[in-house]
Amino acid sequence: MANHQHSDHHDSESFAHPISVKLLLGVFISLVSLTILTILVNDLSLGQLDIWVALVIATIKASLVCLFFMHMYWEKGVNVVAFFSSLLFITLFIGITLMDTSAYRDSKDAFRNTLDLPVPVVTPPVSSTE
Amino acid sequence: MTAADLTAATDDHHDEHHHGPFIAHHFDTPMQQFDSGKLGIWLFLTTEILFFSGLFCAYTLYRYHHPEIFVDASEFLDKILGGANTIVLLFSSLTMAWAVRAAQLGQNKLAGRLILVTMVCAALFLGIKAVEYSHKWDLNIWVISKYNFNADFVPPAPEGAVARALGISQWLVNLSIIPAILFSGFLIGGFVYRGMGNKVVSSFFFGLAIMMSGYFLGAIAGQMYQNSIHEHHDAAHTAAHIPLDHGPAQAADAVTRPQAIGIFFSIYYCMTGLHAIHVMAGMAFLSWLYYRSLRLHWRPDYFGPVDYVGLYWHVVDLIWIYLFPLLYLIK
Amino acid sequence: MSTNPQAAKLFGHASGRNYLNEGKTIKSWLLTLDHKRIGVMYLIGVTTSLFLAGVFALILRSELFTGTGWFLSEAMYNRMFTLHGAIMVFSFIIPSIPAALGNFVLPMMLGAKDVAFPRLNLCSFYLWVFGTGFLLTAMITNSLDTGWTFYTPYSIRTNTGVLYATMGTFILGFSSIFTGMNFLVTINTMRPAAMTWFKMPLFLWSLYATAIIQILATPILAITLLLLIAERTMHIGIFDPAYGGDPVLFQHFFWFYSHPAVYIMILPAMGIISELIAVYSHKKIFGYSFIAFSSVAIALLGFLVWGHHMFTSGQSGVVTLIFSAITFSVAIPSAVKVFNWLATMYKGSIRLVTPMCYALSFIFLFGIGGLTGLFLGTLSVDIHLHDTYYVVAHFHFVMVGGTLTALLGGLYHWWPKMFGRMYNDFLGRVGCLLVFAGFNMTFFPQFVMGARGMPRRYARYDPEFQIFHQMSTIGAFVLGFGILLAFGVLVYAVFRGRRVGGNPFGAASLEWQSSSPPSYHNFEHKVVLNDPYDFSAMIWDEDIQTWIHRSFVTPEIPAGKKPVPTSDH
Repeated sequence: MANHQHSDHHDSESFAHPISVKLLLGVFISLVSLTILTILVNDLSLGQLDIWVALVIATIKASLVCLFFMHMYWEKGVNVVAFFSSLLFITLFIGITLMDTSAYRDSKDAFRNTLDLPVPVVTPPVSSTE
Repeated sequence: MTAADLTAATDDHHDEHHHGPFIAHHFDTPMQQFDSGKLGIWLFLTTEILFFSGLFCAYTLYRYHHPEIFVDASEFLDKILGGANTIVLLFSSLTMAWAVRAAQLGQNKLAGRLILVTMVCAALFLGIKAVEYSHKWDLNIWVISKYNFNADFVPPAPEGAVARALGISQWLVNLSIIPAILFSGFLIGGFVYRGMGNKVVSSFFFGLAIMMSGYFLGAIAGQMYQNSIHEHHDAAHTAAHIPLDHGPAQAADAVTRPQAIGIFFSIYYCMTGLHAIHVMAGMAFLSWLYYRSLRLHWRPDYFGPVDYVGLYWHVVDLIWIYLFPLLYLIK
Repeated sequence: MSTNPQAAKLFGHASGRNYLNEGKTIKSWLLTLDHKRIGVMYLIGVTTSLFLAGVFALILRSELFTGTGWFLSEAMYNRMFTLHGAIMVFSFIIPSIPAALGNFVLPMMLGAKDVAFPRLNLCSFYLWVFGTGFLLTAMITNSLDTGWTFYTPYSIRTNTGVLYATMGTFILGFSSIFTGMNFLVTINTMRPAAMTWFKMPLFLWSLYATAIIQILATPILAITLLLLIAERTMHIGIFDPAYGGDPVLFQHFFWFYSHPAVYIMILPAMGIISELIAVYSHKKIFGYSFIAFSSVAIALLGFLVWGHHMFTSGQSGVVTLIFSAITFSVAIPSAVKVFNWLATMYKGSIRLVTPMCYALSFIFLFGIGGLTGLFLGTLSVDIHLHDTYYVVAHFHFVMVGGTLTALLGGLYHWWPKMFGRMYNDFLGRVGCLLVFAGFNMTFFPQFVMGARGMPRRYARYDPEFQIFHQMSTIGAFVLGFGILLAFGVLVYAVFRGRRVGGNPFGAASLEWQSSSPPSYHNFEHKVVLNDPYDFSAMIWDEDIQTWIHRSFVTPEIPAGKKPVPTSDH
């Protein structure tokens, strides 16, 4: 591509950001501690809070992995936006679907209770040909 | 099909004076090539996250509508094995991130070793997973249509001689056949190439064999753990817990249809199975990196593939970071 | 006018090597990494799919001429419309414009040598081949009768080739994702530094918006199909009501992809029309940034309206209301585009050559297709119109009247660039007229039938609908003949057409600065960045029979600044 500005003269290491081993080990130790923490917390009985505590810890762990192991801390904005746009769309997807299924759930469960769920299962007749 | 293709690197059809050996003809600078690859892999990871989101969606819906099923069902999952697998994956993430650093500094040997450790951890993870799966299958815990857990059910003695001799599940033996074939194949490959005097390829094959031995390490450790807790683990299930769908309205329903709990395992197998497929794909990519490390390909201006595969590997780890509490730690 | 001999050499007929004759073996085509060749291979592939699925359409239209079973049994009818839909949607329309034309044009519009990941590009093509192969396997083995939407629980129960078809669609999904990734990265990182976002041709904006959808929506299709495969093989009970699963959930999953996918189909078409209208009106595009942003707006709004396919599926009231409201808002960016195209034509010097005829036909047909969408988005009206021929007519106006028309327009526009030969413009226009007339004759009666209550996907009908069905069938054959003629004219031109120079139409975007057909590396010289819509800068050079940018004409080039063939960059 002819008109692209040449950046040959950049320092060849300009796009490499080696992370110090110390930082890597530090992140790893925090991750392991958080894993142990989340197992220990699970043994306490927090009731409804349980899942939220577990998810918060998981999110902290995920952030550590993203920020340091995945170099997101030093990453270009566009890449970070690209990655996190997925979360936006997942929220949309799960959110609306959850909202809708909650609304028609009763009728679905009513149908489900009319079924005689077989134990063990009988394969539906037609599809067995494949 | 992913990281390998993202690095259109070796087409030096139109090599020009300032182009290094690994810069493709249509890029002007190593930096432009690196940036393209980086954006490409981030986009690919975006699609990966969205790909898994369907399963997270199914999980959320069924858990939200039937929390009691999830509470009961997760009793079947072993926190210790899950936790151990979490730590294995976290450690592999550490070695992967470290390998990226080594590649960035052009330390090919170190990078190769760290990648090898990552590969071993991946296989170790699968070994432990195989123990978990086989244990469930022994108890007839399958997806909802085949779910037939019964506390009084005693698994029949394994049919195969190997399983009987080792005192392990037939399922575990079956799962281990392919790793065993691969292991011996790689070992033979290593010796053959060493005989031919091709040092790089023989080290590569030996590395792959070491990777596969990680699987057996995981399976053995997992099985030993499983044996050690076997007694009271089973007791816990038989005595107190016949997991049933005991939602408020379905009390009567629950007794007749314990199968409803199978929906948890449908989702469990889909999620962990898809994750395991990604681990296997990761092992293939890592092997490719390992080979290139042995060929001393990495330089401060060319380390993209390590970085890209590394990002992929961290995403595999990220997904597990969420799967672990969502599946194993439900109360 | 005095011509720079250099320019004559650069912009005249391609005398020697070009991408078509760079390698002559079959292998040099099958393993090529050149985006132009991959584009041409895609073009051959999608056209084959178009004809195949078109034949299915004609078969089922033939049956509907009487609707008495004179031609097809009910079961065969179900298979025909399913295969028609599945192949058209997944193998033809989705890859048609982005993968075939986009592949060829996108890097050249950027002045680049190739897309960012040429190997991934080839991989996409082969995924397309395998995916289509799986669809065809489904067709040959046990056929498919679920409708292209694979709705559960029927798709779990039927004993037709759902597994092959879903596997094929899964693979085609990956092909589409990789194309999208490739284009998005190419536009982001391969743009010349001087070409800022708002100096890009609008076709690139639309491909960029398309790529966003491909990346964000297609993975959901992949997981949906994977779950369907698991459901069918292992009965995991997520979608199957027999095990307490939720079939409406499948529709949520499916439409979360498939509604945005509608915009994968139409956005690139809109991009082509933006180019055609400007070039053949020889006038700067009106409202550039509005057209650019409306593409992105359509892409994003497209994610918020999937539930309008489920108004009668048992979806809850609140969600239905939200989806209906947002559906209307999609009309805004779409209308913004149409108004800007009309304003561009206003007082332009319009040349009614074949591509422009297609562009005009697009505006007319897309207008109808878009506006009827509003009726369908209205809750109360949709309860009546849902699953009638009205819906069929609506989306055919958008998909065929929109996308196929734009594809043909785009092919007629870029054909001289792709093959260096000019087609017979008169026959091209006749083809366009036949497509337009046949199309309207086919689908206009369907609006009437649908509004009167003729349900879609029925092999039999009441006598009162017969006249409409018969018109529709006759129209379908006219349309089929028109498409055949349109492609015939193009294919004839490849072998017998008059040779043309680099820029026969006076377009100003960068791809026209190459010779026709382009060389392997696209450009023999440094491209001169210019406004893609500043047609006043283009000058007709009588000697070499092509338009060239005025900066290439001798008097305006100071000595030493002449464009020189590069190999030095």
